[in-house]
Amino acid sequence: MEQPISTIFCVKGLILKYRIFISNSNKQSKMVNERVMEKLGILADAAKYDVSCSSALSKRENKNKGLGNAKGYGICHAFTEDGRCVSLLKILLTNHCIFDCAYCVSRKSNDVKRAAFTVQEVVDLTIGFYRRNYIEGLFLSSGIFDNADYTMERLVRIAKKLRLEENFNGYIHLKAIPGASDELLKEAGTYADRLSVNVEMPTEQSLKLLAPDKNHKDVIKPMEYLKNEIAGYKEEKKLNYKTPLFAPAGQSTQMVIGATKESDLEILGMADYFYQQMNMKRVYYSGYVPISYDNRLPAIGTPVPIIRENRLYQADWLIRYYGFNVNEIVGFNQPNLDLDIDPKLGWALRNLNQFPVDINTADLELIKRIPGIGYLSAKKIVAARQFKKLFPEDLRKLGIAYSRAKYFLAFATPFQLQKDLTSIQIKDQILNLQKSKYKNDFSNQLALF
Amino acid sequence: MTQVIYDGTYEGWLTAVFEIYEYKLDDIAFAKNEASATLLFAENHCVITDLSKANRVLAGLKRRLSSEGFSGLYKAFLSDVNQIEGIMFRFTQYAFASAKNVEEDFGNKDVWELRKATRLTRKEAHRMEAFIRFKLTKDQLYYAIVEPDCDVLPLIESHFKKRYADQRWLIYDVKRKYGIFYDLESVSTIALEFNPKSNSSKYLAEICDEQEEFFQNLWRCYFSSVNIESRKNMKLHVQHMPKRYWKHMIEKIPEIKYK
Repeated sequence: MEQPISTIFCVKGLILKYRIFISNSNKQSKMVNERVMEKLGILADAAKYDVSCSSALSKRENKNKGLGNAKGYGICHAFTEDGRCVSLLKILLTNHCIFDCAYCVSRKSNDVKRAAFTVQEVVDLTIGFYRRNYIEGLFLSSGIFDNADYTMERLVRIAKKLRLEENFNGYIHLKAIPGASDELLKEAGTYADRLSVNVEMPTEQSLKLLAPDKNHKDVIKPMEYLKNEIAGYKEEKKLNYKTPLFAPAGQSTQMVIGATKESDLEILGMADYFYQQMNMKRVYYSGYVPISYDNRLPAIGTPVPIIRENRLYQADWLIRYYGFNVNEIVGFNQPNLDLDIDPKLGWALRNLNQFPVDINTADLELIKRIPGIGYLSAKKIVAARQFKKLFPEDLRKLGIAYSRAKYFLAFATPFQLQKDLTSIQIKDQILNLQKSKYKNDFSNQLALF
Repeated sequence: MTQVIYDGTYEGWLTAVFEIYEYKLDDIAFAKNEASATLLFAENHCVITDLSKANRVLAGLKRRLSSEGFSGLYKAFLSDVNQIEGIMFRFTQYAFASAKNVEEDFGNKDVWELRKATRLTRKEAHRMEAFIRFKLTKDQLYYAIVEPDCDVLPLIESHFKKRYADQRWLIYDVKRKYGIFYDLESVSTIALEFNPKSNSSKYLAEICDEQEEFFQNLWRCYFSSVNIESRKNMKLHVQHMPKRYWKHMIEKIPEIKYK
């Protein structure tokens, strides 16, 4: 499952401070509060490596003047200091686990503090946070205690209680536990907005290496079941608009990147399979944060592969929104994405024969492929060019990264100076313009000292 | 040069647009009230808000703009961007003068500036939907204090009404000195005397529900627990959550002792 970490300094610190100023209140409730605070510290910390925090794409509306509304766009209620969106209360029900997956801190053999929420505690936290506008809803995952069904049943019970007893219409994301029965998965789908099963490792070999008790087949099975149920719900909805919702925000999955030796070709190939075959809404890539001295894994202190993770997301976007095929981005002759340039620029430099593009006449699809012009900018160009012919200064005004795009553009009037550059020259010129804090990592100059 | 003085409301501005056409005023500048009318060598034209005139302008705009462009104009008005009335007026003139919809003529300066202002307001409205933090009082009112750059309360009202249909809430804009209040039935605009010491610990202890402080601390604990230290990126953090909002965000203010 996830890779939690063992530090609970924050929790201890908070409890100490907390102890001081509630000294007047009832001793028993103080104890209860303290315990909840400590659990929250442990179980939020343990859940944070699951990167999904989306609260978008659901169709659940407030009904009967209840609490909450999950219709439409997602909202990030805060951003952590590492810059990630905090949209949901993301916690484990427990970090007790019968498995011993090397990449996960909740693994059985790891010496960490263990905790478990009660059903009521999770419900109270969710409602209390939601009413104060801290969150969009709940993301509930869990270590596997006892067996899959037992764990899944608890997760479902919490979602059910929120929906039926609290009339809660906010967002709920549940983990589908591999090996849980179809009945429980079906019940989960009726209460949750999104379900996810993490594939964790991009290949079966890696999974066997790091989590000998698990295999891909067990992960694919619930995905397939959910895919069919979601498709069935959509069909039924067409016939009867009152059909109760079933996981309206679809399903997603996550792969750990950089813990094992997979190439980006294998990773993106797997992602493409999920998008094509499983109708996944999202595939998340989680750069491995070293948490173990296990010699099957990168040592503690190895930097998190943040740039690679970023490049994978860029590639993922190109596939989902820009009409690119995986084969255009990675292939057997270049199985990994460039780290120093983004995959769209990489594609353009390999395919200079497709350029220059005349933005005043080209199709939207082609304009979207120009480096420096994003999805929205491309649409703006196509709209604006109906009023007048666009020139470089117009593009600058529209907010296009012109210094990057100019190498790939053709204008009827006198703009040809870039024409004969080779792809290496273009790449060098573009890299020289960039001010990335990672620039030193890719400097092609020799360091003298 | 004529200075067009209106009452600062959207209807007032629409009336002003009507009168600029009616009296064939040209070379105009807008001012929100007498006090801010400071141009030295200008004639003043005072506008008295007239709903029938405003509605005629609205009807004309509705014919020429998409529904998004139509509401975009109002959002631009709420942006409080310097000289926005002038930009809006030139855009309106352009829209009235053209046979086809001009909203997407991004090569036109006023169209582009208007779009920027619209987006500014929309962005801030979205941020308010995200960053507002309610505190629960003893009499079970959830209240939040905000200081947005744009006047976004009219835009976020329905979002909060739909979401918190079963709790009483109040969102108060201290910058513009008014708030919106939901009483389980409908949302009303209210102005109230606001205690400047409202963030002091003594005051909070007096008015807040006994569980309030506990939940605030839970949220702080959660917020710091989900951070991954080895991925720290403060630049990104501040970009997403600009410092001007921190003042009213629980996770960004150190704990206040309530007792």
